[in-house]
Amino acid sequence: MRVLSFLLRKEFRQIFRDKSILALIFMLPTIQLIIMPLAANFDVKNVNLVLVDHDHSPYSQRLISKIGSSGYFRIIENSRSFNEALRLVEANQADLVLEIPAGFEREFVREGAQKLSLAVDAINGTKAALGGAYLSQIVTDFNTDVRLEWLQPGRFSTASVIDVTASNWFNPLGKYQFFMVPGILVLLLTMVGGFLSALNIVREKEIGTIEQINVTPIQKWQFILGKMIPFWVLGLIVFTIGLLIARLIYGIVPVGSLATLYLFAGVYLVALLGFGLLISTYSDTQVQAMFVAFFFIMIFILMSGLFTSIDSMPVWARTIAYLTPVTHFIEVMRMIVLKGSSLANVKWQLLYEVIFAIILNGWAIWNYRKTT
Amino acid sequence: MKQLLVFIRKEFYHVFRDQRTLLILFGLPTAQILLFGFTLSSEVKNVNLAVVDFARDVVSQQIITKIQSSSYFNLQQSVMRYDDMQRAFREGKIKAAVIFPTNFNDDLRHLGTAQVQLITDASDPNTAKIITNYITAILGGYQQQLNAVAAVPHQIQTETRMLYNPDMNGSLNFIPGVLALILMIVCTTLTSVSIVREKELGTMEVLLVSPFKPILVLIAKAVPYLVLSLLDFILILLLSVYVLNVRVQGSIFLLFGESALFIICCLSLGLLISNVTASQQVAMLISMMGMMLPTMLFTGFMFPIENMPVPLQVISNLVPSRWYYLIVKAIMLKGLGFGAVWKETVVLVSMTLVLLGISLKNFNIRLA
Repeated sequence: MRVLSFLLRKEFRQIFRDKSILALIFMLPTIQLIIMPLAANFDVKNVNLVLVDHDHSPYSQRLISKIGSSGYFRIIENSRSFNEALRLVEANQADLVLEIPAGFEREFVREGAQKLSLAVDAINGTKAALGGAYLSQIVTDFNTDVRLEWLQPGRFSTASVIDVTASNWFNPLGKYQFFMVPGILVLLLTMVGGFLSALNIVREKEIGTIEQINVTPIQKWQFILGKMIPFWVLGLIVFTIGLLIARLIYGIVPVGSLATLYLFAGVYLVALLGFGLLISTYSDTQVQAMFVAFFFIMIFILMSGLFTSIDSMPVWARTIAYLTPVTHFIEVMRMIVLKGSSLANVKWQLLYEVIFAIILNGWAIWNYRKTT
Repeated sequence: MKQLLVFIRKEFYHVFRDQRTLLILFGLPTAQILLFGFTLSSEVKNVNLAVVDFARDVVSQQIITKIQSSSYFNLQQSVMRYDDMQRAFREGKIKAAVIFPTNFNDDLRHLGTAQVQLITDASDPNTAKIITNYITAILGGYQQQLNAVAAVPHQIQTETRMLYNPDMNGSLNFIPGVLALILMIVCTTLTSVSIVREKELGTMEVLLVSPFKPILVLIAKAVPYLVLSLLDFILILLLSVYVLNVRVQGSIFLLFGESALFIICCLSLGLLISNVTASQQVAMLISMMGMMLPTMLFTGFMFPIENMPVPLQVISNLVPSRWYYLIVKAIMLKGLGFGAVWKETVVLVSMTLVLLGISLKNFNIRLA
């Protein structure tokens, strides 16, 4: 125990000596947590629409003003031809092109059927799909309005209507930030812990100081523990700062218990730091360690389910996603913070993190012994 | 000139001697582009959905079958009671629930209108919105089927065409984005570290007292990384074309030229970072921890930049990968020519010049 406390004192002193790194550890996550959630907004509101109106009739005008007043679309311009409109799509200024054919009103009133053509920039899938869906909805409503005007009300009401009443649980206003802030906090914690621990042992290797430690009678597990505890403390401080920012700036107050949240964060950090230290024991240089850490952390981030849905991935990819510890922590953060889930609700995720922590730390200790 | 060549050769030896690092530099982007190419997409499929059916009549059964047959939902039939549903939400087992009230069929028959309640887990608002859209569309389709008997006059139909992506390949948008992200982080970090490393080890002083202009030192250091990064780019491109089936619609030479420009821009950014830092650790923390998330978000392949608050839109202009992503999308996916990307090209050229200018000036001052 005494050996460990000496080691810890040395490690802490090393961290606190380099003021620029210490500042980075706290500043980078803080600034990013304040700014980034504002950037991660998927409110599909400003779908840019170009209209090509060949008809210029009262009916086409009515349809256009209905689209304009829906709040989802920004009508960019009335183009004269489809090709002109397409150029706006090519220049990234428009997402959708709606073409109203000549004789729209006449055909619609007389023949009773008419076609509108819609072209969607399908590279950006979500915006295209949602924009298209909204537009179809508006056209359907418009259709119903017009039909009601032309038909006797009695005849029309024979059709039965199913109403959908949708309620949004856990985030009734549908605020995107409520979803992003807990997730981004996890990502930042992952980066701080992952990169710092990955760089740590390999740095001593590169500088040569590890030789000195290797000739002392320090146990291997003591060495790893001495490396881990300071980062664990730093991580929990970063986590606390993050929760404060979430509360003060975004007004996110965890619904569930803070104790559960900290328990999970504590276990998660042990798992993650073990992962970083393992990378460190395998690398020859800091550059190698950094790139390997980058590789895994990027996978952690992009497959964590924060930015894209895990459910829609192929089965093999879903397996990878569920193997990464970040996925579970983000899920649990959201469950506890937004839904008020209890420890019993998240016990399986917690068990997974514990297993992950034991395996990776054990591996790091074992591998460190091999390299000395 | 001959001197420079000799110097560049020395740097090449330096880089290629470290085979483990080389393996990492090529292996990692390969694995990443494959993994993300196959898995990332903006679609929402296989959503776990519970049905709470108080009605248990013909109509509700028909609607359930309809929901079941769409690939969007995994129906959890076992959840039947209201409390069970609440628990399933809390445990994260379902993302949505459809509730049929007791008199569903009667209401529909006699009153002509019936209500279905849809509950979504809006802790993920985007998915919730998409689910609501899907369910509304499915019910709308069912309703039309129901009313098909009475022919409805005055109908407008919408014909939808999917531009550039007729197969609705969900990962199409992510490939240029991930390409821009990987290139930017890898190039920037590599250069930032390589120069700061010499500073840290003290070998930079040796170089600087040699009869060699500082700018040549920088060029010699940058050339191997430019070559490496271009090889990385070619590798990623081959993988996207032959493995992920994303065709290059436009000119491949133009794409190559623009990529070289982007890489040079990132190398200049790396130079600047290595100028302002004193140790590898700080350089890496800035270029990885400080840049990863902002690059990811401001490149624009995940979240539309025009939805961001104006100050952030201004900041996003400073991220080189944002411009490169627009260029790749235009050339690779839309098949456009230089005329469509000249503005973005000018931006990248100016960024490169400014970054290089600041780094060189800084570098010269340090020498004096």
